[in-house]
Amino acid sequence: MITHPTAGELREALAALEAGPPGDPRAAFITRVADNARATLEREAALGPSAEAAAVERLRDLLGSGDDFKALNAELCARLADGRLAPLDPAVLAHLKASVTDQLAIDQPGYSGLAALDG
Amino acid sequence: MDVPAALSALAPRLSPLLSSRATTAVNIRRLSGGASLETWAFDLDDGTPLILRRRPPGGSMSAAALPLSTEAALLVAVAPAPVPEVVRVCAPIDGLGEAYVMRRLDGETLGKRIVRDEAFASVRPSLARRCGEVLAAIHATPLDDLPPLETSDAASELARYEAIYRQSGAQRPVFEAAFRWLASRAPPLERPVLVHGDFRNGNLMISPHAGLVGVLDWELAHLGDPAEDLGWICVNSWRFGQWRRPVGGFGDYQDLLDGHAAAGGAPVSLERLLFWQALGSLKWGVMCLMMYASFASGADRSIERAMIGRRASETEIDLVLLMERAA
Repeated sequence: MITHPTAGELREALAALEAGPPGDPRAAFITRVADNARATLEREAALGPSAEAAAVERLRDLLGSGDDFKALNAELCARLADGRLAPLDPAVLAHLKASVTDQLAIDQPGYSGLAALDG
Repeated sequence: MDVPAALSALAPRLSPLLSSRATTAVNIRRLSGGASLETWAFDLDDGTPLILRRRPPGGSMSAAALPLSTEAALLVAVAPAPVPEVVRVCAPIDGLGEAYVMRRLDGETLGKRIVRDEAFASVRPSLARRCGEVLAAIHATPLDDLPPLETSDAASELARYEAIYRQSGAQRPVFEAAFRWLASRAPPLERPVLVHGDFRNGNLMISPHAGLVGVLDWELAHLGDPAEDLGWICVNSWRFGQWRRPVGGFGDYQDLLDGHAAAGGAPVSLERLLFWQALGSLKWGVMCLMMYASFASGADRSIERAMIGRRASETEIDLVLLMERAA
């Protein structure tokens, strides 16, 4: 489940959009942001479920057990926060890298950090 | 408030300060500006180009931001570093509230153009070194002449942003890992210097001919570690796609560090710079969550505020790459 914002919140903000005056630079900017939000929602619908399923599988391997994504992710956060898992642990880093790569494919597929992954 | 009318009335009070005979203001237009600060461009009727910075009445002020009179005092104190010349700190008679007027510099602040446009091709190769030199000049500002400023070090910055992250309710394992990783290596503050606090593309006025001509937006200035400014300009989010050029999308680490050292800056290791770069990515990621929070709370229900939260993931990939590099 992607939060901050959720897909539902993005849809809500899009529904509340009002057209600005034509030729206004601020209105043109908002139009671009809205187009970007619609494209993000489309990518999330296409890629979100498989990304979450893959994350659940990795998290079960890493943490030993657990049910849904939200609980597993919260457990990983808790273990990192209290030091039961080390931030530079290779297995932790491998999971984080895979998760963030999937997340960026939804949020910002053109971001240069993805290109930097391949060196 | 009618800012154009107030500026026209202000013009005769500005002209003696500029050895000008101007009587009114023309070409008055609002530039960028969010809820907390407005920037207006205008000319005197003899052609003198000026800028007004003002805080609108009731304009929100984040806890870290400085009053505009302090910002103006800093612009005076940091010369000979390249900054706009302050013309007048506004008084009640000016009817503009908290505001000041400065000379307008010629150049470009948009990072996308600075890192890509052909017009800047000839200044790009020397820009990272020049940034290092200018930062050394800023960091050398005598502290006795400065208005009161807060002091912060790596540990206190981390604690401040971790508290904001905890309050957001977000559960982001990359941020959890980054907070622990950075807290374990936070360098002590040996000798506090004046730190600009937001030295990056967007706040640097670049001329296609003269390179860096002005360092703008001093509202996050404080006393701290010089490596904080050196690391912040290397955060990938302001490289505008030119990720192979770590300094602002236009230069290399060594050029920045060499320029800083050659201009008299205390030696900063690449390792220390990278610590602050990583802390910079983490701060920007938490800021994205913070800006989203104003959508979630209902304070600002715009699509823009909602979408900024989805930029947190860009900082997460940058942090993972920095942690891998360190592992």
